[in-house]
Amino acid sequence: MYRYDKYDQAMVDTRVEEFREQVRRRIEGKMDDDQFKPLRLKNGLYLQLHAYMLRVAVPYGTLNSAQMRTLADIARRYDRGYGHFTTRQNIQYNWIKLAEAPDILADLAEVEMHAIQTSGESIRNVSSDHYAGATADEVIDPRPWAEMLRQMTTFMPEFSYLPRKFKIAVIASAEDRVALRWHDFALRIVRNAAGEIGFEVFLGGGMGRTPFIAYRSREFLPANQIFSYLQAVLRVWNRHARRDNIHKQRMKILVHDLGQEEFTRQVEEAFQHFLSLGEDFPQAEYDRIAAYFEPPAFEQGLSDEIDLSDPAFAAWVKQQVVAHKAPGYAIANISLKPVGGIPGDISAEQMELVADLAERFSLDELRSTHAQNLVLPHVRKADLHTVWQALVSAGLADANLDLVTDVIACPGLDYCSLANARSIPVAQKIVERFADAGRQADIGELKIKVSGCINACGHHHAGNIGILGVDRKGSESYQLLLGGSGDEDTTQAKIAGPGFDEDGIVDAVERAVEHYRVIREGGERFIDTYRRVGMEGFKEAIYG
Amino acid sequence: MRIITGNDLKSGAVTWWTGYDWSLHVEDAVDAGDQAEAIMARETATCRVNNPYIIEGEKTADGVRPAHIKDRIRALGPTVRPDLTLKPADPEAREWVI
Ligand code: HEM
Ligand code: SF4
Repeated sequence: MYRYDKYDQAMVDTRVEEFREQVRRRIEGKMDDDQFKPLRLKNGLYLQLHAYMLRVAVPYGTLNSAQMRTLADIARRYDRGYGHFTTRQNIQYNWIKLAEAPDILADLAEVEMHAIQTSGESIRNVSSDHYAGATADEVIDPRPWAEMLRQMTTFMPEFSYLPRKFKIAVIASAEDRVALRWHDFALRIVRNAAGEIGFEVFLGGGMGRTPFIAYRSREFLPANQIFSYLQAVLRVWNRHARRDNIHKQRMKILVHDLGQEEFTRQVEEAFQHFLSLGEDFPQAEYDRIAAYFEPPAFEQGLSDEIDLSDPAFAAWVKQQVVAHKAPGYAIANISLKPVGGIPGDISAEQMELVADLAERFSLDELRSTHAQNLVLPHVRKADLHTVWQALVSAGLADANLDLVTDVIACPGLDYCSLANARSIPVAQKIVERFADAGRQADIGELKIKVSGCINACGHHHAGNIGILGVDRKGSESYQLLLGGSGDEDTTQAKIAGPGFDEDGIVDAVERAVEHYRVIREGGERFIDTYRRVGMEGFKEAIYG
Repeated sequence: MRIITGNDLKSGAVTWWTGYDWSLHVEDAVDAGDQAEAIMARETATCRVNNPYIIEGEKTADGVRPAHIKDRIRALGPTVRPDLTLKPADPEAREWVI
């Protein structure tokens, strides 16, 4: 993975000391919160329901074991013994003290991590495929490009006061594992007929109050023109953005207002201007970065045999393990969705165990996923059983990837100051309701996503079944949505009808699922059935 | 009753106006009545507490409780981790807040 050079390290270290000084002045009363807030947000520090919350960036979801151990250490020393992985592959801590925040950032800097770009009106931490570098279905490893974009944008003055946040994702395979088209600037690496690398570009996606799926602006953009293109997009947005109205500042709104055609036209015009400045990165710089992502030295001559005689292990392999590009290796998914747990939560001890597993069995690499799970990307098939046993002992061996109990949920009213309703208890009740493994297997792939308010941190717009918490005359209520997807077949979920209370929404989900089981045809997934029959049939089953 | 709450500057912890100081325990909250705005203005200036605001509360058998669920969760702790509430030993913690 990418390693900081001395400039990267110096910038991050300087930033920590700058923040230490700002915190000191705030605590001494030399700044009020209005003055201090933008400074803390630039360093990922929010003020939430119970304490300060720190969001730490995990660039393109890649971590090594030393970084994971530091995350565990922070959970134990400065928080309450756990961390929470988010839908943008980052990790959040919920119980941070202001006075200790600079020390945490200093600890992070020692393992080349920080909280820059996790908040505020910035280009947010770039997300990518959690199987990058391990999967056979990618054109190339997308992470060097994610890293290029990160380096080019982090401290660029023009990007430090954008109209609103701006989210970039990069993948390199046909299968979408990052919810690509729900990002502002979404790139899929492809090869053209001549074999050259370039980007299929999608613009203007985003969830929240006004959801839009990104539209395709370019079928093929030569790779070495990406920075000019990004600057062009940001220039057009910066020029027209509604800075007067917080609900209309995201780029997706501008794309909608101008129309895709006109937006593209203006981008292309600005693009020609930036191209003429010749400011794209030099090839040598790309090569330097790409060298860090060279495939690790996979062992040769390994066996592809896995002893599946233990049924519990076999069940885990079937659900959690996917094909690796190198013979004798596998990609192992770690579920952070145990029955009774909080989606995405992981204790300090579990983090340490996972770090050990990564070090011993996965060439020192770990990934976080947008579905709030973890991945060991390079496990020898011969080691899978040992890895699984360790996961069992840590309560991390649930075999439910992409099943009905692999629920995504935002923190909701239990932690978030913007929430209207709790999301975690709803997720927990759904998981309990469908805890039976046989039933889960029978239902098959089904993605349920829960948000506690319209901001959509739980991706409810992209849920096959989405749940949105709303405030109904001062009490919690939940709307049911159907038909969303964050995969390569991206669609936006639609509201089924009137809302429910906490138990009512769980029953409604069950009725939708049971209806699917009755009417599905062949090997249809829930989403396939929904697309075939549409909302009406489901509505009747849900509302009677 | 009108109670004043905010988050402690240094720890971020939820805090309640007791009539002369701030407390982490909602039971200590007092009715600020028509003094609430003046107290807030004075306290905001001292910068000890972030974003103080006035909420509706009521005296119950268990003590003072905020009227709205959000502030009850703020007062007690997350409903999904009884061990992280202000009363971890109380088996009723989860029900108490809702
Ligand atoms: C508790 C702290 C959090 C706060 C205060 C917060 C705040 C927000 C806000 C205000 C938005 C709306 C942005 C907009 O529409 O422009 C948003 C969107 C979002 N947040 Fe959070 N969030 C929090 C936690 C999380 C967590 C835990 C996750 C992941 C589980 C997450 C992931 C997202 C995502 C994916 C979006 C969708 C944005 C989009 O595509 O338009 N956030 N958040
Ligand atoms: S969706 Fe709303 S409730 Fe959930 S974390 Fe985001 S802002 Fe908070």
